[in-house]
Amino acid sequence: MAEAHSPLAQFEIKTLADLHLGGIDASFTNASLIMVVVVALVTLFIVAGMRNATIVPGRFQGMVEFFYEFIANLLKENTGSAGKQFFPLIFSLFMFILGANLIGLFGAITVTSHIIVTFALAFMVITIVTIVGFARHGAHYLSYFAPAGAPMWLMPLMIPLEIISYLIRPISLSVRLFANMVAGHVMLGVLGTFVVGLGGLFFALGAIPLVAIPMIFALEVLVALLQAYVFAILTCIYLNDAIHLAH
Amino acid sequence: MELEAAKMIGAGIAALALGGAGVGLGNLFGSYMQGAFRNPEAQSKLKVNPMLAFALIEATGLFGFVIAMIILFG
Repeated sequence: MAEAHSPLAQFEIKTLADLHLGGIDASFTNASLIMVVVVALVTLFIVAGMRNATIVPGRFQGMVEFFYEFIANLLKENTGSAGKQFFPLIFSLFMFILGANLIGLFGAITVTSHIIVTFALAFMVITIVTIVGFARHGAHYLSYFAPAGAPMWLMPLMIPLEIISYLIRPISLSVRLFANMVAGHVMLGVLGTFVVGLGGLFFALGAIPLVAIPMIFALEVLVALLQAYVFAILTCIYLNDAIHLAH
Repeated sequence: MELEAAKMIGAGIAALALGGAGVGLGNLFGSYMQGAFRNPEAQSKLKVNPMLAFALIEATGLFGFVIAMIILFG
């Protein structure tokens, strides 16, 4: 599928240590290595930042507190005080995706550009949301699929639509993150080949894509931040739907 | 038509999704500018939501990219 110089070659998974568990290929790959690195870096960032915690935060502690307050406010605005117990979930999701996106931009393989990684995260989120909904409201949670106020004759149309839109959530949530990451990295890769191709044609022509690369890179840093934010905020919105049964 | 050629044409057509994303982004930032110019004091308050919408709109264009990739390599 991806040849050596294709822009997709950067997403190739290489096995580092073979491991087969009951016929399932559970090998330790370069993607798993980067995931471990991301978790270690995020943990290190928070533990080291809060080690000498003072009332007036220093620079490092201020950075950690910025992320903490950012997610705490996000959760409060979207789910109210009832969502407070889900702070660890949202915070670790946000930090993991942010770390994976950013580390992918600086040379390592981007784990969030693999649909299985993002789908696993999104599936986990939807499973938790469904469990929370049923735990809070019991069988009454099923009324989520029948919006109140809609006329009775519309129900045969509304209920299947609501069920489909509920089931499509993990797909849209995961494909959004995955597609953003893949498209960004492919674009950088294609621009990189343009530099070589146009530069070989006529030397100065290669400068045009070369200048474009830092700009696209800056855009990709923004996208990396935004996508982690979007994933976190959508998780909050879905949680809010499950906690506060609006209809 | 050969399958290979049809695949290429299909992937090209899937890129049309970018048109919709372009319309959406233009609409979004146009409205943001209008809101910001009409009420400059609210500009700092209006900054976060367009960014969220930007990410959501951009994703719809990228779904087309995913379809193109599925057609080409799937």
